[in-house]
Amino acid sequence: MPVTTTEVLPIRTSDDVVRVRQAVRVRAVGIGLGLVDQTKIITAASELARNTLDYGGGGEVRLDVMQEGARRGLRLSFVDQGPGIPDIARALTDHYTTGGGLGLGLGGAKRLSNEFHIESTPGVGTRVTIARWK
Amino acid sequence: MDRIPILKLGGVLIVTIQVDMHDRLALALEEDLTARIAGTGARGVLIEISALEIVDSFIGRMLDNIAAISRVLDAETVVAGMRPAVAITLVELGLELTGIRTALNVERGLAMIRDRLAEDDDLESARARHDD
Repeated sequence: MPVTTTEVLPIRTSDDVVRVRQAVRVRAVGIGLGLVDQTKIITAASELARNTLDYGGGGEVRLDVMQEGARRGLRLSFVDQGPGIPDIARALTDHYTTGGGLGLGLGGAKRLSNEFHIESTPGVGTRVTIARWK
Repeated sequence: MDRIPILKLGGVLIVTIQVDMHDRLALALEEDLTARIAGTGARGVLIEISALEIVDSFIGRMLDNIAAISRVLDAETVVAGMRPAVAITLVELGLELTGIRTALNVERGLAMIRDRLAEDDDLESARARHDD
């Protein structure tokens, strides 16, 4: 899929989570997403960035603006080298959490996106990719 | 450190969240509000969020915590002015905010708190009459 713009941001502190939200907002507006769709992808990005920070021990996010014919989309990949997720199906279950959170992050981010993909290897890390199309 | 100002109007504390909330700010707000409720004996807390572009599970939890703490301290919390796009997203995220009362805007939120306080006062005076 042709990627027109790429940006990589670190996720090391909770201030980075705010910066990720702001960058996602700029890209979402840039591809012409409507207000509700903007809000959905920014919220999903906020949940996933916080997961990267709290459970992955920090990492980074890559923002790709994609063009497929006349369609434009925004793809976000959150990558960490943390402990990984041994049971992905369980981690996707609402209200399941190993930390102090509400356990809505992964499942919620999936519901808020058009595409969702997760790969995780215990001891190696986790990559969560979401996309929203105009 | 930044802090979100808390105004007092009669027996109600009013907070308007105008900035993108980061974690420390959220925790500071929880602490400040708790201290102010205890210090002033306020019976209501109104949190106005019309400037918030998103409410994620972290901010949702902060709002829930504030409502729960207020309740323990005998104060009623109302969250006012949530944007429609934020409400749609919250429901899809799965955050139901069951512990929080919401109002369309500040005016209705204040009316809600005042109604509730008036009911309490009526109950109390009825009890007082009964005791006599």
